[in-house]
Amino acid sequence: MSIDLSQFHQVFFEESFEGLDVMESELLALSPESVDAETVNTIFRAAHSIKGGAGTFGFMQVSEFTHQLETLLDEIRAGQRTLEKSHVDLFLQSVDCLRAMLTSLKDHEAPDMSRAEELKKQFIAILKGEVASSPANEADAPAPETAADAGPEGWVVRFIPSTDLLQTGNEPFRMFRELQSLLEDGSQLQIEVDSSRLPEFENLQPEQCYLSWTLTVTGAINKADIETVFEWVVDECDITYRRLGEAASADNASTDNAGANNASDSSSESESSSDAANIATDTNNVTVASVAEAPAPVQAQITSIPVADATQAPAPKPAKSADQSSIRVSIDKVDSLINMVGELVITQSMLGQLGQDFDMSRLARLQEGLSQLEQNTRELQESVMKIRMMPISFAFSRFPRLVRDLGAQLGKKVNLVMQGENTELDKTVMEKIGDPLVHLVRNSLDHGLETTEKRIASGKNETGTITLNAFHQGGNIVIEVRDDGAGLNEEKILQKARDRGLVAQHQELSSEEIHQLIFLPGFSTADVVSDISGRGVGMDVVRRNISELNGTIEVKSNRGTGSTFVIRLPLTLAILDGQLVRVRDQTYIFPLVSIVESIQLQKQTLNNITGSQPVMKLREEYIPIVRLDQIFHLRHRNESVDDAMLVVVEGDNEKIGIVVDDLLGQQQVVIKSLEANYQKVSGVSGATILGDGTVALIIDISGIGKKIEHRGAQPGKEQAA
Amino acid sequence: MPSILAVDDSASMRQMVSFTLKGAGYQVKEASDGVEALAEAKRARYDLVLSDVNMPNMNGIELCKNLRQLGDYKFVPVLMLTTESAGDMKMQGKQAGATGWIVKPFNPEQLLSTIKRVLG
Amino acid sequence: MTAVADSISMERAAQDEQQYLTFIMAGEEYGVDILAVQEIRGWEQSTVIPNAPDYIKGVINLRGTIVPIMDLRARFGLDRVEYSPVTVVIILKVDGQHGERVMGIVVDAVSDVYTIAEGTTRRAPELSEDNNSVFIKGLVNVNDKMVILLDVASLLSIPGRLSDN
Repeated sequence: MSIDLSQFHQVFFEESFEGLDVMESELLALSPESVDAETVNTIFRAAHSIKGGAGTFGFMQVSEFTHQLETLLDEIRAGQRTLEKSHVDLFLQSVDCLRAMLTSLKDHEAPDMSRAEELKKQFIAILKGEVASSPANEADAPAPETAADAGPEGWVVRFIPSTDLLQTGNEPFRMFRELQSLLEDGSQLQIEVDSSRLPEFENLQPEQCYLSWTLTVTGAINKADIETVFEWVVDECDITYRRLGEAASADNASTDNAGANNASDSSSESESSSDAANIATDTNNVTVASVAEAPAPVQAQITSIPVADATQAPAPKPAKSADQSSIRVSIDKVDSLINMVGELVITQSMLGQLGQDFDMSRLARLQEGLSQLEQNTRELQESVMKIRMMPISFAFSRFPRLVRDLGAQLGKKVNLVMQGENTELDKTVMEKIGDPLVHLVRNSLDHGLETTEKRIASGKNETGTITLNAFHQGGNIVIEVRDDGAGLNEEKILQKARDRGLVAQHQELSSEEIHQLIFLPGFSTADVVSDISGRGVGMDVVRRNISELNGTIEVKSNRGTGSTFVIRLPLTLAILDGQLVRVRDQTYIFPLVSIVESIQLQKQTLNNITGSQPVMKLREEYIPIVRLDQIFHLRHRNESVDDAMLVVVEGDNEKIGIVVDDLLGQQQVVIKSLEANYQKVSGVSGATILGDGTVALIIDISGIGKKIEHRGAQPGKEQAA
Repeated sequence: MPSILAVDDSASMRQMVSFTLKGAGYQVKEASDGVEALAEAKRARYDLVLSDVNMPNMNGIELCKNLRQLGDYKFVPVLMLTTESAGDMKMQGKQAGATGWIVKPFNPEQLLSTIKRVLG
Repeated sequence: MTAVADSISMERAAQDEQQYLTFIMAGEEYGVDILAVQEIRGWEQSTVIPNAPDYIKGVINLRGTIVPIMDLRARFGLDRVEYSPVTVVIILKVDGQHGERVMGIVVDAVSDVYTIAEGTTRRAPELSEDNNSVFIKGLVNVNDKMVILLDVASLLSIPGRLSDN
């Protein structure tokens, strides 16, 4: 029997990453001034589990590295060493290092060990320094002894268990059988029982072990192997080993003699009595019991296992499902799902019956059934969506560390407040919102919060506060990143925008309009492009990432009191609130979230929409106009268009007017991949299946925006097909 | 077939242990900490308890002590899953009444052969 | 024993022989590996994909999956014909880099299923000036007719990002 351990790797990685998260957050809660024993314990347990699992599943680099971590933690836990701040830092770095190692291993790559080696040295340096006496390696080297015993083959073992032996669940006869199983061909085990310790019957405690044994092993066997058999009871017994042929010590000579008389006929007899308690009460006639034959089948079983394994040593093939991501779902969610399905089944059978002999008199019941079905479906859909929902604390959890490190780096005192951590959102959305959030928090710390001196000078608390807040609003999740810093410097922003030609020199903008400028591509407000948030990646990227999730971001700012970034995201990426539109004979879907307004277009206006890049003045704004039929090169079967609709949408940063023939209904659509069987199509984010079974494409608003930019750059190139 | 209660807070270890033992024909029940294990031990009688040492809520040592207080578990073998570094853990385990230990890391074969030492 | 012998002989057959589904297009008979055929459907209206190559007719809903449909005549540069009720779509699947890919091809009519032995196929002469030879796996004579065996994987690959103009 061989077991492919790779099937457990996925779970191991998952729980190890969770363990690392726990370690990180607990480490952050740990302060050298007041060490909470339970916190240290929790950290220790997490490290210990990772080490144990890594060792078991063959990730030796991880287990060796974690071992250092664990040793130091253990000393701290045991009070042998006082926790220092440098320890916490080292632990935190180790968490990062482990995370990287595990990520590589998960991807079937060899981890980069240089960082680990460096940290390991630091651990060893700490551990070497004035170590409080650690329990020495008692089990040191039985090897030299065995190496020397090439001479007379065999051992005599005198085994006198303490009377409490049975209380620990150990049974002498099991040990003897184990010893028996170690023997090779030609070796023999003889067992003599010494019942001299047996008390008078009335004093006999059936749960005590009064017997002792002399075991004679003849043949080639290492003492260390014999010792392994008694390893568990070494403290509950008096055990002596004597090489066969050596003189017996005086105190057990008598038992040796008694044994010798009976040894000759012992091997033929097979008394299979495996119940130790039974033996213990069987007081008078036990002299020699041999287990040489009785447990043979078991022995065969035991030995066959390693053999089978050696011959078909399983080449660890990479688990086929290794990189499938999985989610843990609480049993409540599954139960509720099962309930829903139950109701659905009931509705279905009711409708089925109704359909068997239907006549118009039952129309009311049919309608009732259908509305029930609709409700069941909706509830089922919600429940299924909930399975993918996870609390946003998963995305928030990295921030205490980030803020701590960054605050230290910038020399700012920062207090991080997290609210609404249990607000749930879709796992995929969560994964994708992580980076933008990091960017926003860094930005708030770097640019938002003033330096300590400035804060004191302006009469503020010297410790700045960054607040992360999440809550549900309608079908969306709202995430706020708030700082109590200086707020956006409107003059500076406007000046910069003018310098870069993003805003006309004399164009006047409202405060709000100025705030939005920071989301323009290539806009960076920091005077010095710092290492922390200004490395080319600007707010425009944050905004683009968020709009790729069909979300929006806006900023509210008050001079002197701080800024708040507000992100609105759909709860899930699997379903979209869509506006159905008709263009020629095709139906397309616009994400409802990106629609600003819809305007009726006059034929006159429409006819003017040609040329390289038409724009339209909408109130005070000029917005570019595109005809979907043109950029999609739809063939015009009938050219006459009386009137059309202009749907004003907001993509990346800018508004676009998209000309469509008609607005149809609004509905929730399930997003299907177009790439799975085809490829990415520019201007289209996916597809869905409408109620009549046909496919409709979902418009990618920012993709359309890019098409315009592209076309704007090369005027005239775009022609109707 | 003998029944085994496998206690570990790590899901991967628990799965590995459970999978291995089931494959060898044992009946296995899993518990993720001492508290859960003790409740389960009270509910049904197991022929062997296999427990990790470091666990939240109730660790393996405490679990062992508690098991030994139960009439049904006075002689039932209790094996601790421990690591070499935890030298005095073995002592603590013995004092709490553990039968023996299995040193981590171990592979499925080692697990089975150790279990066969205490189960007929 | 006989069961074992049977399965061995079947295995051997599977190694040496392959079954092909054939279809007719512009008078020629083409064959595709029957293991790549998922199903055969009638033609139905598809949804146009913007800026797709002209041989991609669009996408259809195949039990919840979005499946592109390719006009094989157009792909091969043959004359177009009006689609009729007997126009057939063969749904093919291949294992691609990112898992299984499913695509439909529009052909004139489905013809037959042949079992073709390994050694009997010939390489196609590389005289054709069009690019169609990349789709051809080999030629084979069945009942004195020539059948063009197609390579499904290259048939289903769409070169480049054609839609990004």
